[in-house]
Amino acid sequence: MNLFKLSWKYLTFRPFSTGLNVLLLALGLAIIAVLLLMQDQLEKKMNQDAEGIDLVIGAKGSPLQLILSSVYHIDFPTGNISLNEAQSLTRNRLVKSTIPLALGDNYQGFRIVGTNLDYLELYQVDFESGTSWTQPFEVVIGAEAALKLGLKTGDEFMGSHGISEGSHDHDANYFKVKGILKPKGNVMDRLILTSIESVWYTHEEEEEEEGHESMLDTKVTLHGLPKIPGDDSKEITSLLVQYRNPMAAIQLPRFVNSRTNMQAASPTFEMSRLFELLGVGINMLKGLAFVLIGISGLGIFIALYNSLKERKYDLAILRAIGATRLQLLALIFLEGFILTFLGAVLGIIMGHGFLALLISQNQSGVMVSIQPWIFLKSELWIVAYALMVGILASVIPAIAAYQTSIAKQLTKA
Amino acid sequence: MLLSSKNLSFTYPGQKTLYFEDIQLKEKESLLVLGKSGSGKTTLLNLLAGLAKPEQGQIQIANQPFSDFTGQKLDLFRGRNIGIVFQKPHLLAPLSVLDNLRMANFFGKKKNDRLEQLLDELGLSARKNASVLTLSEGEAQRVSIARALANEPKLILADEPTSSLDDENTEKVIQLLKEQSSKIGAAMIIVTHDQRVKNQISNFMEVKAS
Repeated sequence: MNLFKLSWKYLTFRPFSTGLNVLLLALGLAIIAVLLLMQDQLEKKMNQDAEGIDLVIGAKGSPLQLILSSVYHIDFPTGNISLNEAQSLTRNRLVKSTIPLALGDNYQGFRIVGTNLDYLELYQVDFESGTSWTQPFEVVIGAEAALKLGLKTGDEFMGSHGISEGSHDHDANYFKVKGILKPKGNVMDRLILTSIESVWYTHEEEEEEEGHESMLDTKVTLHGLPKIPGDDSKEITSLLVQYRNPMAAIQLPRFVNSRTNMQAASPTFEMSRLFELLGVGINMLKGLAFVLIGISGLGIFIALYNSLKERKYDLAILRAIGATRLQLLALIFLEGFILTFLGAVLGIIMGHGFLALLISQNQSGVMVSIQPWIFLKSELWIVAYALMVGILASVIPAIAAYQTSIAKQLTKA
Repeated sequence: MLLSSKNLSFTYPGQKTLYFEDIQLKEKESLLVLGKSGSGKTTLLNLLAGLAKPEQGQIQIANQPFSDFTGQKLDLFRGRNIGIVFQKPHLLAPLSVLDNLRMANFFGKKKNDRLEQLLDELGLSARKNASVLTLSEGEAQRVSIARALANEPKLILADEPTSSLDDENTEKVIQLLKEQSSKIGAAMIIVTHDQRVKNQISNFMEVKAS
């Protein structure tokens, strides 16, 4: 027998009261754990996905929507811009490099992105198998998309119109898997990448239903923008831009927004605006978590204090058989400590479990790429915070135990 | 002398001071402390157990100046050398019978391999892993005697140990106390006003409220 075992016995002697307090505390801590994990990973992912993209140029509309659709591939695109206009912008002296994107199709919920090989280089992809595309209708598939769709190099599939599942199929052309990427933990994992021309041809097929063979023979643009002299009808969805110098950050967006039919949006600016908007909700959840933790602290205090009343005899007996005042103090503190430690551990497990559940409910989107079982250093703060609650809640009961007069208690009977 | 007290007195706030006769007790000796309710019997026991501090006078136990001890030293000395049996058993409810005895060993910092044998001798071996909540009054009081004996103390103090027991259990409890105390060579003081106890132990002193 020792003090630890004794306090454990006292805790398990009142299983419901102990269980309720542990659960209350764990709930509060679980909310904090989920927020910590989501904030950490989302922010990291958001920054990682937007790295190397200074500005996104697309059709006029909501700038946030443009960023979400072109950088993170979660929202609908704002519309299309003319290839010629985009072309002229690439020659601007403030622009270092550009990557074109053509969106609008999907295969079972995974977006088909028409782009060039610069886009692959931007994210420094590695191939699990196969190589990048050289012909129209050849695609490279992100690791997660390949896994979920069960596609291998050499497989063929048919895309559907629209960027979400369930729209009508393009029945004219089969995409052919040319390569599969290694998992990188970024947006590339969930994309199906192909040349811009592939996306154009799929849509043209529908209208014309002819000249099929000739199109397959054409070369695709591997770097830079496709050049089609004399054809004004070609469009792309957006253009990812890298600045040449810091001056560009001030001049280029203003130039695009005022002088052209397109709009420019900066990922960093739009994302910080988004987080500001979400901040209200996050703060409310945090507030709720702290209220829960406060209540559980109060619950632990009341449970210890009430049990102390019943246990004054026990404490006196312990003193009579040789326990010192300090040992009684330690006994009560230990109870609060064990209680909150259990709450903290349970809370962290519940937080991760809840996140895992949340992710398993979402088949696509950003949530999918969050890892629920990564443990952060800041979670140690949750434990520290919980233990602090435990110690605070046990101060008064512990002092009361310390001051128990043995003779008075024992002779009262 | 195992126990000797001199000129002990104690005052409860707002009441007359209680003066106690001197006590001299050798090993294996037993002493009954008799007196009416409120005469200060239990107070004397509390003083001898170090649960209350005498206003005046000294107590020596095993040639140690017991009444001068304070704090942790006092608690540890009490745990190791004095076994106390209370009017009610006051067992620790969350623990089993055997764990209640082990607790005494833990706080007294003593090892005792004879705990199970002790329970056997008190007729409790079948209940050693039982929760103390399931014990009868007589059984519980015997467990509390076992707890008082767990550290093989030099002095056993019992405060009305038989007041809530029937005749049969009373005789059993007193017999056990006598047997076990002589076995470990301990002196014993029993505070009581129970006639049934007086029949079994002849040596007594009387406390009068004075």
